Formats: sequence, C-alpha cells, structure tokens
Amino acid sequence: MNVWNTIGTGFKEIWAHKFRSLLTMLGIILGVSSLVAMSALVKGMEHGLKEALVAMGGLEKIRIEQQSELPLYQRHLADQAAGVTMGDVHALRCSAPLVEQVTPSVDLFGWGGGTVLTYRGESARPFMFSGTWPDALRIHEHVVAHGRMFNEVDDAQARNVCVIGTGIRDELFGLPEETGRTIVPVGESILINGQPFTIIGMFEHYESEQERERRLSGTNPPPRSAANPTGPTRNRGHSHSGGNFVFRLKNNTVLIPLNTMLIKFRSAVGVSATPDARLTTINMKIVDIERLEQALQQVRNVLMVTHKGIEDFAFRTQEDWAEQITTVIRNSRISGTMIAAISLLVGGIGIMNIMLASISERVREIGIRKAVGATTGGIFLQILVESVVIAMVGGAVGVGASFLLVKVIASFTPTDNAPMVTWLSLTLAFVCSASVGVIAGLFPAFKASRLDPIQALRYE
Amino acid sequence: MALVELRNISKVYRLGEEEIRALDDVTLDIEKGEFLSIIGPSGSGKSTLMHILGCLDTPTRGTIQLDGLMIQDASPRELARIRNEKIGFVFQFFNLLPKLNVVQNVELPMIYGGWKARERRERAMEALRRVQLENRSRHRPSQLSGGQQQRVAIARALVNDPRILFADEPTGNLDSHTGEIILGMFRDLHAEGRTIILVTHDAEIAAISPRRIEIRDGKVASGGGT
Repeated sequence: MNVWNTIGTGFKEIWAHKFRSLLTMLGIILGVSSLVAMSALVKGMEHGLKEALVAMGGLEKIRIEQQSELPLYQRHLADQAAGVTMGDVHALRCSAPLVEQVTPSVDLFGWGGGTVLTYRGESARPFMFSGTWPDALRIHEHVVAHGRMFNEVDDAQARNVCVIGTGIRDELFGLPEETGRTIVPVGESILINGQPFTIIGMFEHYESEQERERRLSGTNPPPRSAANPTGPTRNRGHSHSGGNFVFRLKNNTVLIPLNTMLIKFRSAVGVSATPDARLTTINMKIVDIERLEQALQQVRNVLMVTHKGIEDFAFRTQEDWAEQITTVIRNSRISGTMIAAISLLVGGIGIMNIMLASISERVREIGIRKAVGATTGGIFLQILVESVVIAMVGGAVGVGASFLLVKVIASFTPTDNAPMVTWLSLTLAFVCSASVGVIAGLFPAFKASRLDPIQALRYE
Repeated sequence: MALVELRNISKVYRLGEEEIRALDDVTLDIEKGEFLSIIGPSGSGKSTLMHILGCLDTPTRGTIQLDGLMIQDASPRELARIRNEKIGFVFQFFNLLPKLNVVQNVELPMIYGGWKARERRERAMEALRRVQLENRSRHRPSQLSGGQQQRVAIARALVNDPRILFADEPTGNLDSHTGEIILGMFRDLHAEGRTIILVTHDAEIAAISPRRIEIRDGKVASGGGT
C-alpha cells in the first residue's frame, strides 16, 4: 500500500464522518490560530517598542547627566563639584574616540512651573525645551520638514530662533483636522516665557507606523471636539494625537540654540547675577554598540579628569529600556506559547480520543484488511496518516482562521501596535499541528496494528 | 510435493492453568487442484486448522509447507505477504468494507500487493465479470443482496489469483437457493483447476466436495489419508 493510497483512505475516512472530524479538527484549528495570533500580537508589540526605541536615538545614544547626590565618600566635596560644563564637551570631543558625537544641552522642563509658549492668546507647555547645538537633530533622530534647523551662526549670535514639533504647532495654531489645512508656522513670532522668538523650522510629524496607517486610511478617531464639551472645560493633557508617549514627547519639543538658552534664560534665573553655565545633559552617540562598556569607561576617565575626581555625573543609557523590551517580549512570548501549546495539546487529546473510538468501530475492517494482506506496519501507517490528515487539515484551516482572529484581536487591542503575522509563525503553527497529529496518532495506530486478525474477524 | 503439507501440527492455547489443545498432531497433505471440505462441529478445531492453513495463525508445534515455503516460523510481515499473494478468503459474513464500493472492495488485496491503479481497476472488473457483477461495480455492499455480496467476496478472493481459496461457511448466511448458486460457483472454480478448501459444520454442504476431512477434538477423525 503506497503513501498516496493511504492518504486517500485517510481523507475518505474523514469525509465519511464529516461532523465528527470537524469537531475533532476544531481543537487543532483553535490551537493553531491562537498560536499564530499570539505570536502576531507579540511581534506587533515588539515592533512597536523597538520603533519607539529607535525614535529615541536607539541604543547608541547615551546621556551624561549631572548628579547632585555624590557618592558617600565624596559628600564633603559637594561644594567643589563643578557640574557638567562645556569644558567636558570639548574634552570628550578631543579625547574619547569611541564617542562619535557630543552635543551639549540645557533642558528646561519641569522648571519652576515649566516653560510656557504663547501665541495670540493660545498657550502651550512643551514636554521638552532644550538649548542645544544644531547637531542635536541627528542625536534625537529629528527631521526638519519645514523651514530649517538653527545653525552655528544662530548659536554664536544667540538669536531668538526656535524649531518646534508639530505638537506645539497643534496647540498654538490649531490641529490640521480642526483648521482644515496644515498650518506651517515658520516665520511666525511666539513668546517663550515672555521672550519673543521666531519659528524658523518645524519637525515632521512623528508617529508610529500603526498611527500612520490609520491616519492614511482615515480611520483615526476624530480629535475631541471643543465645540460640544461635556462638563467644565478641562485640560486633558497632551493627548491630542493619542498614541505612543515617545512620539508625543518628540512632537512636543522646542529646540533653541544653546547660547540663546544660556543668555536669555539662565542669566535670568536664580539669585546670583552670574549666568549659570552648567549644562543639564550631554548627549552622545557611541561608535559601536558592541563596545558600549569601553566607551562608557573612556568617557568616565575623561570626565574624572575634568571634574577633578568628583563623581557628580551619571550615565543614562537606553540599555535598560532595550532590556525591558526584551523581557516583556520574552514573557509575553512564553505565556502566549503556553496558552497555544495547551490548546494544541487539548486538540491532540481530542484527535487521539476520536482515533481510539474510530478503531474500535473498525475492528472488523482492520481484520479484513489484515486477512487480505495488510501488514502490521500498513495498518499502523493507515491510522497514523488518518490522524495526521485530520491534524493537518485542521492546521491549514487554523492558519486561515488565524488571520481572522488577528483582525478581531486588533479591533479591540488596547495597544497601538498592530499584530504582525509572520511566515515563521505560520510555518511553525502548521508544523506543530502536524506533529500533534503524529503524536496523537501513535498510540491508536499501535493499538490498531496489534489487533489479531482472527479475533478482529470474529468481532461483532 | 503436495501444495500444502502439514506435519504433526499442534496448536495449544493456555487459559490460565488449563491447556487447551485446539489441534493435536495433525498431519495432512493437500494436492494442487483439490476441492476439500473440512467438517466438524463447532469447537472441534476446524477453524483453528483453517486459520493455520490460511496463514492467519501459526502452529505451536509442527511444520507447514505451502507452495514450497515453510511458514511455521514466518514473521507476521511474511505471513501478510503470503495471505496477500497465495490465499483468498470467503467468509460467512461476506466481510466487505461498507465504506468502499464493490470495485474498490475487490481492489483491496491489490492495493496491499502494490499494483498500479489502472491494472487494479482492470483486474477487479475482470474478477467481477467472472461472478457476473460487473454492472454493480459502483454500488455499495449494503445495496446488494446477500448472494451478490458473497459473489463480490469471491471476486475479491480471486483477484490476486491465489493458490488456495478458503471458504469459511460461505453459505451460512444465505438462503438455500442462493447457497446453491454460491456452491455451484465453487464447483465451477474447482473444475477450472483451483484448489478450494471449504470449512463447514454441515455434512450436506460438504457433500459437494470430492474429499472430506472430519475434525473432532483437534484430531483428524477421517479423510486424513490421501
């Protein structure tokens, strides 16, 4: 008996008991589709999280921040601590070859009530307001869509110019959805904490792929309309665009030249008349992520010299974030796989059950087949193939059903990450269903093949 | 050399402490072309003898030679091949597979013999012509009368051109008229030179065969000598 005949017989057997086979397959169908859907969800999540990480500069970006709390043994030197200064920037540029970009930054956020931007009665509070160098563009993965970034001349002359994100534009000039057109406020004059600034550039609108797709297909939920407010007016926070925090943060950014920041904002604050020249952050990009440890050590060595041995700085890498992503993904993957594995197991038990029922129904048939020349192996193969055929048909249907399931899940998924069905997961699910068929069929096939033909023929 | 040579065949079943000798030292020769009936009451051991002759079972002791092959020590796999190529069975309850149609039932032994689909179909139709049922080839067994089903079973038994045809109470489930037709078929097959072994408890039916062997208590009571 060749394989094709056996497979044909298997299909006939399934067709002869359509409803029973369908019920049996249902277990596998659910198992396979939950496996595919789970992996699609996790994949979508991973994609979304990594997208956000890349939008924040990726793993190569590290920051040096001033640390007001010194190590215990240096506490008595606290008043000697110089803080992070431009001197550090120049030193690092010269002496840390593992760092390819060093950009100083003075950030003013959450600072005494925060920064307020105003334009003709509209006001906005940026998430991030930094005075920095023009090359901050690269380190923060910013792209100027309209106008230009400020340059070295703007910085050297400490001009009152700024580059804003679309979130700020939305707050000050109105959402594109509300005004009916995309306003490009380049050239407009706004007040930042009461000082006049000219907008010379605006970044592109940052959003996750998911948001972009939704926006392009026009299915984005309409922005909350101010025309019919419910209850007292309230600030709902910076949630106009919804979506991922990272993209909202980037959209609500205002960048100005470093010198402008130091002169216009630093000399004005504090009790001392001397401008505070300390930086809040030095942003760096390292050459090679594989040599992160060495790069950090190098930076530390340089800074220990410029800081006279006082460790009043700390590193902020995005490793923890990346690690968190890995952990989250791994955990979701494990729990998803567990659920799918359990449902596949249940499906397998269903198949085994039905195969056992089927062979006890067909004892006589097996006896006849043996009498006319079927070998033990032939019967074994026949039952096994039947089981595998059920499982594989179930697997194929399950793969089809998984697309449906993914659609359903995507429609009420709380995250902004669209599930992604991968070929790998489809193949894996199908292979799993086939192996479940083999495993579930082994025992019934063994039992059937061991039937004594004489007993089987006598069986009523 | 005879087609089948049984030498001192014994078959012993163990039932707890008790030993049951289903066959006790049976020696028997069957020549090619013989029409033989094995008679005996139920429990006499005639079914056991048929199972051993039909390679469905192996003896506890003794040797058996079939068509030049010693089969007392054959593996189950070899026995399956011998059953497939050299032996045809006709049973009391027809034993057709209800899910297959007539021609598929007849093809069944050839499927295990590894024949090509076209040859299978040709030979199966030929065998059905032989039992005058070629116009029923697409019917299900359940759509046929008992006599027709038994004729399909005969066609199936003949399809691999076996050396021996076994018939185990072939008329036991048929009315006497239909039984006559079936027995007539065996007579015709014998006339064509086939070796036929008919197993029955009915001496009247056994009367159609030239040679009769009576089994009683596991021993050949009469007809053992050639």
